[in-house]
Amino acid sequence: MMFGLSLAAASLVIFVMIELVPGDPAAFMLGINAAPDTLAALRAELGLDANPAVRYVRWVSGMLIGDFGVSYTYQVPVAELVSARLVVSLPLAVMALLLSILIAIPAGMFAAARRGQAADVGIMGVTQLGIAIPNFWFAMLLVMVFAIHLRWVSAGGFPGWEAGVIEGVKALLLPAVALAVQQASILARVVRSALLDTLTQDYIRTARARGLSRRQVLVRHAFRNAMIPVLTILGLQFSFLIAGAVIIENVFFLPGLGRLVFQGITQRDLIVVESVVMLLVFAVIMVNFMVDIAYAIIDPRLRRR
Amino acid sequence: MIRSNVMSVFALAACLNMSAALAAQTSITVGMQLEPPNLDPTGGAAAAIDEVVYANIFEGLTRYQADGSVVPALAREWTISDDGLVYTFALHDGVTFHDGSSMDANDVKFSLDRARAEDSTNAQKRLFTGISMVEAVDPLTVRITLSNPDGSFITSLAWGDAVIVAPETIDTATTAPVGTGPFTFSRWVQGDRVELARNPSYWGTPVALERATFKFISDPTAAFAAMMAGDIDAFPGYPAPETLPQFEADPRFRVIVGSTEGETILSTNNKSDKLSDIRIRKALAHAIDRQAIIDGAMFGYGTPIGTHFAPHHPDYVDLTGQSAYDPQKARDLLKEAGVENLSLSLKLPPPSYARRGGEIIAAQLREVGIETEIANLEWAQWLEQVFRGKDFDLTIVSHTEPMDIGIYANPDYYFQYDSAEFQATIAELKLASDPSDRSRLLQAAQQRIADDFVNGYLFQLARTGVANARIQGLWENAPTQANDLTGVSWTD
Repeated sequence: MMFGLSLAAASLVIFVMIELVPGDPAAFMLGINAAPDTLAALRAELGLDANPAVRYVRWVSGMLIGDFGVSYTYQVPVAELVSARLVVSLPLAVMALLLSILIAIPAGMFAAARRGQAADVGIMGVTQLGIAIPNFWFAMLLVMVFAIHLRWVSAGGFPGWEAGVIEGVKALLLPAVALAVQQASILARVVRSALLDTLTQDYIRTARARGLSRRQVLVRHAFRNAMIPVLTILGLQFSFLIAGAVIIENVFFLPGLGRLVFQGITQRDLIVVESVVMLLVFAVIMVNFMVDIAYAIIDPRLRRR
Repeated sequence: MIRSNVMSVFALAACLNMSAALAAQTSITVGMQLEPPNLDPTGGAAAAIDEVVYANIFEGLTRYQADGSVVPALAREWTISDDGLVYTFALHDGVTFHDGSSMDANDVKFSLDRARAEDSTNAQKRLFTGISMVEAVDPLTVRITLSNPDGSFITSLAWGDAVIVAPETIDTATTAPVGTGPFTFSRWVQGDRVELARNPSYWGTPVALERATFKFISDPTAAFAAMMAGDIDAFPGYPAPETLPQFEADPRFRVIVGSTEGETILSTNNKSDKLSDIRIRKALAHAIDRQAIIDGAMFGYGTPIGTHFAPHHPDYVDLTGQSAYDPQKARDLLKEAGVENLSLSLKLPPPSYARRGGEIIAAQLREVGIETEIANLEWAQWLEQVFRGKDFDLTIVSHTEPMDIGIYANPDYYFQYDSAEFQATIAELKLASDPSDRSRLLQAAQQRIADDFVNGYLFQLARTGVANARIQGLWENAPTQANDLTGVSWTD
């Protein structure tokens, strides 16, 4: 119920916001030499001459039966465009997130275990740097080293999964690293502070008193309880990575979802923008839902709520 | 023994590498900054469409060549009646579309009738409005009757918007174009690339390349990296001119600097209260240092112009002296016009010539006491506010259509120049077919708009490209928006 209401509210907000943006898709497509009657003909062809209420109902009722409409500029179904972009964006987001987890959790735990020591200070310093470095700049650095000088990978682009999984992963590796650095830095700091919070709890002292080693306490008791804030951040990061990678997609000229939205906005391909934003809203709600389920798995006390 | 085995393995591997390298010489990857929204050149204005399909996939009755001249293409030859109204075209025999069907006079009639139809969405419909009738006389003969003589009709037919398409396949041309050209469309990975393959049954001279890929890279830094890493073989409209010296110094690459049909102008709203006085427009013209803009905004690439006409055209008149940089004169003119504290809006579209050029112009205008308020607009906003709404004082834009001085004859055009004398000149030009008459009229038109200081004339946009040094046959200049690959090949 809440789910449906959120989506309905989101659809209305998206539609109104995007319709308010000035700029006519037909004028954009036909350029500056187009005659007024040509413009009118194209507007009619695109269905832009109907009034906004009619177009809103048309859009929403189409989406309910899985029809996201046809892109004005590309003139192919939006669903087709989006799925072609998702096969790039989704694996990229997953790779970046996995990398980020692989780096952040050990680093965060290590820093928490050695609180105040050189290792802790060192890791926190590096993560501070990781957050501060703009990811597009880091991405360019990666391209210079690995594509231009060493020639290990190409400077960007995506060959498509039909070229083989290895080729695909290779093309996404540098972008994933560029995205992961910032995310991992944030995550490592969250892991560390969450662990430090739980380490001061009474049950940790009890566990220690029962004779568990520092290490056992950290992994078995503290980490599990520290997972709640970590999961929250992970959920936010994943939602961000699906469409927020637009700058990295630009640097590596990847055909991802972020660039599709960006291009849709500049070309006033309103139907694409509306549908993709709607899809993202849906994805964010789904991710939050899954994070909620994960909370309950980790902390049985939350199940009763 | 083992060692020699190892050696021979290396030698073999080297051979295999060599042959792979040699075999790769028939394919090319061309970089483009903008992706075409679709691949139907008869249904959209985007230059990127023609940059993929023109001369490669689609052909018209006539076509542009690299030097800007127009030559026969699908039409073998033509005759023009004495009154200049009836054009009879003889078509090449044996021309087929990529789907195997033959191209004949009915396809020509269909294409031209479609372009000029009531519900046509052709972006250059004006090119065809002079046609009163198209007849298929026999399968290889087409007769076109015009309502008025039109000296540039043969040139109009060379535009990408005038290519010949088939009625059976035009509905899917946006995503799967079927033409008569030397390349066939293979596939389009949206957001990434378009792939073409050699047309084995091409009617004309077959092309040297077997495969061609257009790859879309919008970010200038990414374009630089892709060129340097060898992912792209040629980038004709290279978007990062500041890095060209690096390519010039590298023997692997060749830098190609050519001209375009783009007159870059400081468009001036002639009906704005502040700018309707010619003395003020004249003051603006003298306040602008063109060379400083070319150096500062375009890294030195570009040719100063003094009127709205391409300097490489034989009829060009150099009128830059008439609006030479003279800030003192500009101040005097403003004083004479009695204006003080003039403040103008300067609305800039996204290209770097406009954004960077705009800042330099703002500084130059401040020198003579004119304040500007800069607003950066997206293209869609620019079209709405400036081009359609005429809500602006100044803007910077490059008019890239070839031979477009005729726009000054339309008083409703966004800069709103209304001169009966100029309109009469253009009307006369439309009817003139004698080359010396046309030449005289074109020169008079250039002089008129320069005398009236309609707009600030800045520079002819250069086309800066980078290519692998072993590629030959790329166009240097851009007489029309195209990446014609028909003459492109690799040397050893």
